[in-house]
Amino acid sequence: MSSVTAIPAPDTALDLWLAQQARKDLLRFLTCGSVDDGKSTLIGRLLYDSRLILDDQLDALRKESRNRTTGEEGIDFSLLVDGLAAEREQGITIDVAYRFFATERRKFIVADTPGHEQYTRNMATGASNADLALLLVDARKGLLTQTRRHSFILSLIGVRHVVLVVNKIDLVGYDRAVFEAIENEYRPFAASLGFASVQAIPVSALRGDNIVGASPHTPWYPGPALLPYLEQIEVAEDHAAGKLRFPVQWVNRAGHDFRGFAGTVASGVVRVGDALVVAASRQPASVSRIVTMDGDRAEAIAGEAVTLVLDREVDVARGDVLTRPGETPEVSNQFQARLVWMHEDPAFHGRSYLVKVGAQTVPGTLTAIKFRTNVNTLERTAATKLELNEVGTVTLALDKPVAFDPYGDNPHTGSFILIDRISNATLGAGVIDFGLRRAQNLSYQSFDVNRQVRAEMKRQEPAIVWFTGLSGSGKSTIANLVEKRLTAEGKHAYILDGDNVRHGLNKDLGFTEADRVENIRRVAEVARLMADAGLIVLVSFISPFRNERRLAREIAGDVRFTEVWVDTPLAVCEARDPKGLYARARRGEIRNFTGIDSPFEPPERADIVLHGGEEEPAALADALYGRLFG
Amino acid sequence: MTAAAPRTLSHLEALEAESIGIFREVAASFERPVMLYSIGKDSSVLLHLARKAFYPSRIPFPLLHVDTTWKFREMIAFRDRMAAEHGFELIVHTNADGVARNINPFDHGSARYTDIMKTQALRQALDAGGYDAAIGGARRDEEKARAKERMFSHRNARHAWDPRNQRPELWRVFNTRLGPGESMRVFPLSNWTELDIWTYIYTEGIEIVPLYFARPRPVVERQGTLIMVDDDRFRFAPGETAREETVRFRTLGCYPLTGAIRSPAADLPAIIMEMQASRTSEREGRLIDSDQAGSMEKKKQEGYF
Ligand SMILES: Nc1nc2c(ncn2[C@@H]2O[C@H](COP(=O)(O)OP(=O)(O)O)[C@@H](O)[C@H]2O)c(=O)[nH]1
Repeated sequence: MSSVTAIPAPDTALDLWLAQQARKDLLRFLTCGSVDDGKSTLIGRLLYDSRLILDDQLDALRKESRNRTTGEEGIDFSLLVDGLAAEREQGITIDVAYRFFATERRKFIVADTPGHEQYTRNMATGASNADLALLLVDARKGLLTQTRRHSFILSLIGVRHVVLVVNKIDLVGYDRAVFEAIENEYRPFAASLGFASVQAIPVSALRGDNIVGASPHTPWYPGPALLPYLEQIEVAEDHAAGKLRFPVQWVNRAGHDFRGFAGTVASGVVRVGDALVVAASRQPASVSRIVTMDGDRAEAIAGEAVTLVLDREVDVARGDVLTRPGETPEVSNQFQARLVWMHEDPAFHGRSYLVKVGAQTVPGTLTAIKFRTNVNTLERTAATKLELNEVGTVTLALDKPVAFDPYGDNPHTGSFILIDRISNATLGAGVIDFGLRRAQNLSYQSFDVNRQVRAEMKRQEPAIVWFTGLSGSGKSTIANLVEKRLTAEGKHAYILDGDNVRHGLNKDLGFTEADRVENIRRVAEVARLMADAGLIVLVSFISPFRNERRLAREIAGDVRFTEVWVDTPLAVCEARDPKGLYARARRGEIRNFTGIDSPFEPPERADIVLHGGEEEPAALADALYGRLFG
Repeated sequence: MTAAAPRTLSHLEALEAESIGIFREVAASFERPVMLYSIGKDSSVLLHLARKAFYPSRIPFPLLHVDTTWKFREMIAFRDRMAAEHGFELIVHTNADGVARNINPFDHGSARYTDIMKTQALRQALDAGGYDAAIGGARRDEEKARAKERMFSHRNARHAWDPRNQRPELWRVFNTRLGPGESMRVFPLSNWTELDIWTYIYTEGIEIVPLYFARPRPVVERQGTLIMVDDDRFRFAPGETAREETVRFRTLGCYPLTGAIRSPAADLPAIIMEMQASRTSEREGRLIDSDQAGSMEKKKQEGYF
C-alpha cells in the first residue's frame, strides 16, 4: 500500500523527499463514539497501518495483549492509545488524547475523545480544533442516543465534515443491509445539522477491513476505504479568502524606534500598503512592514504568525483586532451565544465571570439563560441554570465592548471561554451567535465616566452582596465583620439593612404584600446606584421570598450580585432572640413574623450558604470574605 | 485584488505558527516566564521558534538549564555558544546540596540520581526564580501519558500535575490565569512529532549539538547499551576499557545514562533516513524511562517534565 509514509526509494534525491515531507498538509480530526464502539482499536489500527508503531512498542504490546481480543496480528490495538494509569485500571478513556500519524500526503492529528455519557466537555474540546470527525457506530447496535448527541456537538462546534464509521461489520457477517439501514437512518438526521459532507464507511477496526484498502468482504461497498478518504478529502478552505482579522496578541517593542503588533492572522490576507482600522477605536493606519525573522514579507495569510508595523502612531494594545475599513467585526458589550458548560458548579444567570474572546479578557455577566438544548433530543427547555455537560443559549454582558464575529463566520473571533473569577477554572466554552446591542458607533475617544472608571479609581470591583436569612440568623453581624475587613483593606463598602432603611427611605412602607415588594425594590435600586458609584454594597435583609430575591438580582443587572444565605436553624435564632422579637411574635404581638407565622422560602440557588448554627460569625465572615474578595 | 489559487499552509508552517502563537501568549500573559533549555534537538527547535516569535526583540525571558554536572561536555559548550550568539539570558542551576553529597549516577542509581539532580533541582530553580510559567519542549507523541497533557498545563503550588483536574483547552483560547503560588507548564511543541522536528531542523538549517551526528567516539558497552566515556570521572568496571566506535545519540542527557547507537549517519539527511527505517522508539536510549509502564505519569505528578 503506497499511502503510508515510506522510506524514500533509494533513487529518490533526499532533498526532494525531505521537501515533500515538509510540504504535506495537516488534517486534524477527532473520533467520537460510545464506549466499546471500537474507537481506541480504530486509532491503534490507523497508527499500526501507517507504520507508526515501532518494534519495541510492538513487543511490549503483544505481551500486554494476552487474554484480550485481538486480530490476526495478535495485538489489542486499543492498548496503544490508552494513556493514564488510572484510566487503564478503569478500562475507559476519560479525557482527550492526541495522536499523530502521517501518510505520504498528509500529517494527521487525532483527538481521541471519550464516549462516556458525562464527557460532552471533552468532546467539545476535541472538536474545537478539528476539521473532520470520525463518528463510530457499532454495526450491531446501530445509531444510539449518543450518536445523535455527538453529532449535535459537532455541529455546535462547527466541525464540517463527518465520516460515519460503521465498525464491527465483521460481527454482522459483513451484511450490506445492516450498513445501509444505519446510513439511511443517519443521513436525514445529519441533514438537519448542516455538515458540509457526510461519508459512511463499513469497517472492522479489529480485522482491518476498509481501513487502508477495499475489503474483499464488502464487495457491495463502492466507496473509499477510510485512510485513502482521509488523505484526499478537501477540508481546508482558502486561507486567503475572507475578511481580514488580525487579533493583536503581543506588542513588540524592540528599542525606541520599533513598534510592531505580533499576532496570527485569523482570517483573510494582509499585504504591505493595505489600509487598516483598529476595530474598536476605528483609528486608521496602513501596513508599512510585515516582519518575520526570515525577512520582511509582502503578505501574510490566515494561520501565519507575523508582526505588523503600521505607518503611524495608533493606540493599539493586546486584544485589539486589526481589520479593513468596510469589513469590520462587530464591536459590542453584549451578545447571544451557545454555551457548553464544563464544570461541576452550574452556570447561573446573573453570575459574573471572566470572558476570554481571542486575546481579550473582560469581566462579564451571564445576563440570561434563554433555554437549554437537550443534547439527545435537540429539544429546547426553559432553564435557570446549566449543569456540567449541558448546552444552553445565553446572553452575556461584558464590562467593556469587544470585537467579535458570529462563530459561523469566523471560529477564531467568534469563540470564547468563561473563567471562574476566584478559582480560575475554565467553566464553559461558547460560540457567539450575534451581538445584541450595536455599539459600533461608540467612540473610543469620548471618555465616559461610568461604573468601571469609578471602580478603577477605587481599585475595586463594585458588587452587591445580598444576605438573606431569618431574623437573628447573624446576617448583620457577618455583614459588619466583612465591612470591617474590606475597610481595613482600603476598600469602600456600605451596609444597607433594616435599621438604616426602614426609618428613612422606607418609613412610608408597612408590611402589606405590596409594601414588602416596594421595600425590596427600593433597597435593590439603591444598592444598584451605590454599586454604580463604585461601592461594594452589603445588603442585610431577611428577604424571605424567592420572588423578592429574584427581583433584587434582576435590578442588579450586570453588577456582580452574590446571594448569601445565612442558614441558621429557627431554633437557634429563636434561642438567641437578640431583640425579643420571636418572643413577641410567639405571644401574637407581631404578625407575619418570618419563621413563626410567615414562611421563609429557602433559596434554591444561593451563591453561598453559611451555616450560622455551626460556626462562629467571625469564621463565617472570613470564609465569605475569602470566597468573595480573596 | 486578483483571484489566486487557494492558499493553505503546509503542516510544518501550521505547526510553526501554532508554536509561535503559544510563545507570544506566554509573554503577554505571565509575569515571570522561563524557558527550560535542555540543549537537545527539541530545545534547539524551541529556541529557534522563540527567536522567531519575538523577532526583532530578544527573547523576553530567561532560558534555564538544569545542569546535573554530568552532561556531555559538548552540550555545555554548545549551550554557552548559543547564549552568546543569540543574546538570550541564560540561567544555569545545579542542586548544590546534591553536589555536596556527591550524588552521581554511578553510586546512587539512575532513579535516585535523576530525582535529586534533575527533578529536585528543577523545582529548586523554579521556586528560586518565582517563575509563573515554565516553557518546555515535551511532545505529545513521546509517551502515552503526554498525549493527554494540555499545551498550557496547570500546576498547583507544589508543582504537581493533576491529570483528573485539567482545564479543558479549546480553539486557540488558552486559560492562563493562576492562583497564588500556582504555575503553568507550557508546551509549544505539543503537536510536533519526532519526524517533524528533524524535518524542520533540516529545512530551517537549525544548529544542533554535534553529538547527534555519527563520529568516532570512545565508548564502553554495558548490557547492550553503548555509553560514551566523556570525561575522567567515568568509572570503569574491572577489566573494562573504552574503545573507539562510530556512534551517534538519538537523545541527549547525562552522559553516563545516555545510550549511543552504532550508526554511520553523519549528517541530517542520513539521520532522517535512518530514523525512518528504524523500528525502535526514541526514548529507548534514555535509561531513566526503562522502569515500569506508567512511570512518566508518576514523574509528572511529582513535578518532573
Ligand atoms: N469483532 C470486532 N471487534 C472489535 C472491532 N473494533 C473493536 N472491537 C472490539 O470491541 C471492544 C471495544 O473496543 P475499544 O477500541 O476498546 O472501544 P472504545 O471504548 O471505543 O475505545 C474491544 O474488545 C475490541 O477488540 C471490530 O471492528 N470488530
